[in-house]
Amino acid sequence: MELLLAVLAGVLYATGLYLMLRRRLAQLIIGLGLMSNGANILILAAAGVTRAKPPLIADPPLRADQFADPVPQSLILTAIVIGFGVLAFALVLAHRVQRSAGSDDIDMI
Amino acid sequence: MLLALPILLPLLAAIALLLLPQRRRLRRVIAFVGALLILGAAVAILVRVRSGGIQVLQIGSWPAPYGITLVADLFSALMVVMVGIIGVAVTGSSFSGVDPRREAFGYHALIHVLLMGVAGAFLTGDIFNLYVWFEVMLIASFVLMSLHRTRAQLHAAFTYVALNLLASAFLLTAIGLLYGQAGTLNFADLARAWPDRRTPGLDAALSMLFLTAFGIKAGLFPLFFWLPASYHTPPAAIGALLAGLLTKVGVYAMIRVFTLLFVDPAASVYTALLAMSGVTMIVGLIGALGQHDLRRILSFNLIGHIGFTTVGLALRTPASLGGSILYVLHHILVISTLFLVSGLFLRLRRTTDLRLLGGMYRSQPLVACLVMVPLFSLAGIPPLSGFVAKLAVVGPMIGRQHYVLAAVALTVSLLTVLSMARVWEEAFWKPATDRAAGSAHQPRLDAAILAPVVLLVSLTIGLSVAAGPVYDMATRAAQQLLDRNDYVRAVVGEGAPRAAR
Repeated sequence: MELLLAVLAGVLYATGLYLMLRRRLAQLIIGLGLMSNGANILILAAAGVTRAKPPLIADPPLRADQFADPVPQSLILTAIVIGFGVLAFALVLAHRVQRSAGSDDIDMI
Repeated sequence: MLLALPILLPLLAAIALLLLPQRRRLRRVIAFVGALLILGAAVAILVRVRSGGIQVLQIGSWPAPYGITLVADLFSALMVVMVGIIGVAVTGSSFSGVDPRREAFGYHALIHVLLMGVAGAFLTGDIFNLYVWFEVMLIASFVLMSLHRTRAQLHAAFTYVALNLLASAFLLTAIGLLYGQAGTLNFADLARAWPDRRTPGLDAALSMLFLTAFGIKAGLFPLFFWLPASYHTPPAAIGALLAGLLTKVGVYAMIRVFTLLFVDPAASVYTALLAMSGVTMIVGLIGALGQHDLRRILSFNLIGHIGFTTVGLALRTPASLGGSILYVLHHILVISTLFLVSGLFLRLRRTTDLRLLGGMYRSQPLVACLVMVPLFSLAGIPPLSGFVAKLAVVGPMIGRQHYVLAAVALTVSLLTVLSMARVWEEAFWKPATDRAAGSAHQPRLDAAILAPVVLLVSLTIGLSVAAGPVYDMATRAAQQLLDRNDYVRAVVGEGAPRAAR
């Protein structure tokens, strides 16, 4: 599972970077979005995946591999919310830039 | 409780500003009073840290590695005081008039959100929380920058937004990898756990990721290109706020994370940082010489002098890091003053292009005297604060036999003198251009636009006079940063953490 997530994160980063280098406004924004999602997957993979276990510690306490670590999940949740807000703002800004420049080529604006 | 005030006060001010009716005068007063209160709380924190050591607040009384901790050591406390000072100056300058459209779209509330983000970043003791404060600060600055209609301002804002989002993605990546290996996010806990958990490869990769993320935000070579492309477009007060505080948050975060986590002074990241700092100084100042617009000159000067603030971290001695901390304090004051001065030029002549300015010494002798202080302080002319700060940065370089670096820093100082002398010559000494002479009415400067400049100039003079005590404090802050033990003990300590107040 970690391997799959690691590969997915790598693909997301690579695609994001490629799109960002394309010099188009829309693709730049999509690239940023993909990259921040890649970072989210990376947090999940780096912190270790525990399958089908609740992120809770029962009484008596469980061993470390018997519950999922809740911290990466909350980190990702926070990062998704922030990323969503910022991306929405960037989209509106890009739309206004494109309207004022009449082009979505980054070198033209 | 005291430690939460620099975050809570601007939050309350921002909420009040959003809810209250659209009465201009009322809003300006609330924004200004809010900033004064932040400054008061920051000074109280500094006094307490100086007498009682590192202050810790465990939010919600969750013990250290589990909850979020606010920590104020000397460095944090000094930086929060600067937030208060710049906040007072910027909100004060709004009394002289703000574009009504901008004011209707929440200008004052956004300034307070920005101050909250910066203060939060300076006070937090948790690396993920640092990321969150970065985002709070950035989104406020995004909106402040794009509250405009002109094409240049929109495009500048877009460059700024895109590059800063990229930096945030790098930061998030680094934090994720760090958590995966260390299993904690609390700075003090990380400082304890990381030396045992780290592997050389991961250590190098992580330090480079952090260097890139914070380097973009601080404006280090070769990551600074967004800065001169965007900082010259917003109105002067916003320029002062961004130039004074935002890049310094990058520098602060770099110093905080690197002193706590990457303790090996021979690590390749410090060599990289040393080289980047040196090149940043040169490129920034050479860039400044090629510009004609005052605000572009200031943007390039801002970049060049960021090199002085990171070089102390790269050398990793208490003296050099102390020098850099003093430099950060001096630079925040002076560069914000100069951006506010560009507002004076805009008011008087409607331009900041030096080729169109001139004759101001004749028409505004008092303003000329006032502007002379920050100009020559940035250039490092004794006895002003810039000279002391440069001495504090360059002295340890010579002591440690980094002669090339010292030569670079001194050459760059010379270039700054050249750049500032050119501003002085073109704006004040040169005879007034036809265009300026042709305009019949000379706008008068009201007290409200001059008062913030006077305040910051007098603080610059104060910093020059009190350079000794402030330098001692900066060196003590640097010792605290490099020693780490006080910080770790104060936050996660043996037994119970120090009681929350």
